[in-house]
Amino acid sequence: MENLSDILFEAQGITKRFGGVTALDTVNLKVHTGKVNVIVGENGAGKSTLMKILSGVYPDYEGKLLFNNEEVHFNSPKEAMQKGIAIIHQELNLIPYLTIAQNIFLGREIRNVFGLLDSKLMRYKTKELLTRLDCNLNPSTLVSELRVGEQQLVEIAKALLGEAKVVIMDEPTSAISDSEVESLFKIIASLKEQNVSILYISHKLDELLLIADHFIGLRDGKMVGTIENSAHAKKDDLIRLMVGRDIKNVFQKEKVPLGEEVLRVEKMSLPRKFDKRSYVFKDIDFSVKKGEVLGIFGLMGAGRTELLETIFGLHPNLMSGSVYIENKEVKLRSVMDAIRNGMGLVPEDRKKDGLVLQMEITKNVSMASVGQVVKNGLVSSKSEASLSKKYIEALKIKTPSVMQFTKNLSGGNQQKVVLAKWLATNPKVLFLDEPTRGIDVNAKNEIYHLINSLAKKGLGLVVVSSELPEILAIADRILVLSDTKINAELNQENASEELLMQAAIL
Amino acid sequence: MTNVKSTLLKFQSIIALVALCIVLTILSDKFLTPENGWNIMRQISINVCISVGMTLVILTKGIDLSVGSMLAFAGAITAGLLKNGIAIPSMNILLEFTVFGAIFAGLMVGGGLGTFNGWMITRFKVPPFVATLAMLTIARGATMLWTGGFPITGFGDTFAFIGTGWFLGIPMPVWIMAMVVAIAIVITKKTVFGRHIYAVGGNESAARLSGININKVKVWVYAIAGILSAVGGIILISRLDSAQPNAGMSYELDSIAAVVIGGTSLSGGRGSIMGTVQGALIIGVLNSGLVLLNVSPFWQQIIKGFVILFAVIMDRLNHPNED
Repeated sequence: MENLSDILFEAQGITKRFGGVTALDTVNLKVHTGKVNVIVGENGAGKSTLMKILSGVYPDYEGKLLFNNEEVHFNSPKEAMQKGIAIIHQELNLIPYLTIAQNIFLGREIRNVFGLLDSKLMRYKTKELLTRLDCNLNPSTLVSELRVGEQQLVEIAKALLGEAKVVIMDEPTSAISDSEVESLFKIIASLKEQNVSILYISHKLDELLLIADHFIGLRDGKMVGTIENSAHAKKDDLIRLMVGRDIKNVFQKEKVPLGEEVLRVEKMSLPRKFDKRSYVFKDIDFSVKKGEVLGIFGLMGAGRTELLETIFGLHPNLMSGSVYIENKEVKLRSVMDAIRNGMGLVPEDRKKDGLVLQMEITKNVSMASVGQVVKNGLVSSKSEASLSKKYIEALKIKTPSVMQFTKNLSGGNQQKVVLAKWLATNPKVLFLDEPTRGIDVNAKNEIYHLINSLAKKGLGLVVVSSELPEILAIADRILVLSDTKINAELNQENASEELLMQAAIL
Repeated sequence: MTNVKSTLLKFQSIIALVALCIVLTILSDKFLTPENGWNIMRQISINVCISVGMTLVILTKGIDLSVGSMLAFAGAITAGLLKNGIAIPSMNILLEFTVFGAIFAGLMVGGGLGTFNGWMITRFKVPPFVATLAMLTIARGATMLWTGGFPITGFGDTFAFIGTGWFLGIPMPVWIMAMVVAIAIVITKKTVFGRHIYAVGGNESAARLSGININKVKVWVYAIAGILSAVGGIILISRLDSAQPNAGMSYELDSIAAVVIGGTSLSGGRGSIMGTVQGALIIGVLNSGLVLLNVSPFWQQIIKGFVILFAVIMDRLNHPNED
């Protein structure tokens, strides 16, 4: 039986919608006192959204939160903090040119009788906190001089200063070295001893098995199961928890007869920018035929986006390797070279990299191929409008007019405008990076059909996706990128979610 | 209702301009006269030329603080070449310049300084504020060196025509301004280059991924800003018949003010040449009106400052979602 006081923090029936997209659907979650509670799930399963609700970043949601069996509602992270809930974000939120002590006391500075900062006392208290964490950093050190793992420690110390009872950690080991992971785990163990509850997000299954007490599986915004006592859990159980879904009306790709090879990549490598000895990916070879949809799967940080960017000419000075279009080697010194040779890239973040939001649809559509709407040296608004009209019809973009600003379109329609931009360049190969991120189910299906029809027209397509059902549905062949290399290559017939996940995690 | 409101907001600077003119007409019988009209137009012509370049720069999310100094240096170069030519004593050569030659050289120098700005900003990633601040003092110092700190005066009638002549009943500086504005409107609205300026300022990352050569666009807008500063410099020295070493001091402020009042966003990607022209007109009309009303020059500055603030607050209300 479960003792009530075992549950410190609880979420009941939490639902969160963003416009038409349901990010979380009646999620229940229990945080056990003094335990490590782990949330597992793919990218986009809703983990981060849930954390943001629990820590007060998103104040509107349906459902309720219970803290010590009392209903609570947080309007801001500060309110959550006052209750004792602290979050340590994936991107650390420290101010680089302040010292450790100054960061820890930011917004809660101690003042002396004259109203001036009592730096000495703050340094002393910081030292105390750091000692509690088994760490002998000097409180006067600038944060910019710390390694990522040490900065994380500072964040944890900051949380402890607020008397945190629940510490939420979002992918804390994604950016730190193995020895730092080890010391992080020691700290987690000592926090447990101090009866602090941990809510931990990660998809590094091996390390989870070391530290977790309870598992909660999240997928597509729903809770799919829990493992209450993790002592006997195995990796396979976790993978099932992450991917085990009921399959419902999943899009099925039509088979398209494959043509000649259109893209070949040989020995493609990209060293890390600040550490040239290690690689984002190394010696990647693959090819795509006309009419083929090649999927690239991998976990966050596996270098999927960078691979597309490199082939697209965005890292000409760092990369090595060769790219062949229709068996001819192309020189890639810039994006212009890539476009000229028939490549197009629909980026992962359409707002940041895909669109100029305060520009009309027409100008966005013609942006990468503006030459075709130039008459007598001037841009012809008429031919520009008719170019856009063509794609608005073909891609079923819902808009009152071609002159609509793209910022006023829904996510799905924005994505179609980005697609239109590239189709207008008449590409031979189209790269799509997470083509359905943040758009609703219907728009997703439309994008899948579009990808299918482009393949039918003889384009070669490369789709990066971290959504397993998506990549299984649309790709003819799937490469799994992990640990700087292609770890597995699977045909659609023999690929499965479990196989892909296993290859990605290895 | 919302339509009325959005129309009003869209034409806010024209409405402000008309309102300002009506008020000044009521307050002073000297305001609405042809002489005063031409006076204002002549006075703003230099600011408009500079501000057109400034608009292009600001549309790319940049800023150019060096326009006043580039104006002075380019003007001084033209003046010096006209007056003295270039002497190369060691070879016993004296190069003399025609009016066109001297003007051309001035424009090239302006373009060269602007290109240098652009090069610093794109090649060495110097922030535009800093790069052009450095140029502000470099070009000013170069002007002092070239002139020895003394004005160069007396250029003859042909050259004086540029700043003081009339053609078809319209002052020459106004013709030049009109030409600059017309060309700039066509460039921003109708050419690929203009499109690229807006795209770079609106979303640099999306522009890069669309195959736009960001650096080329930026170098060009700074070069154009330099050339147009030189145009302003040439008009100025021709009108005064004198190139002052401290000419164009703090012109960058009036120019930025015109751009901002005209509704161009300092965060790039939004704005227009016509807006800037209206902004310059508002400043010009205000200056002239305050002088006619015998407002003390100290008050004039304070009023101008508040007009800038007011214009930007209106713009913020108009575009609440930009940062």
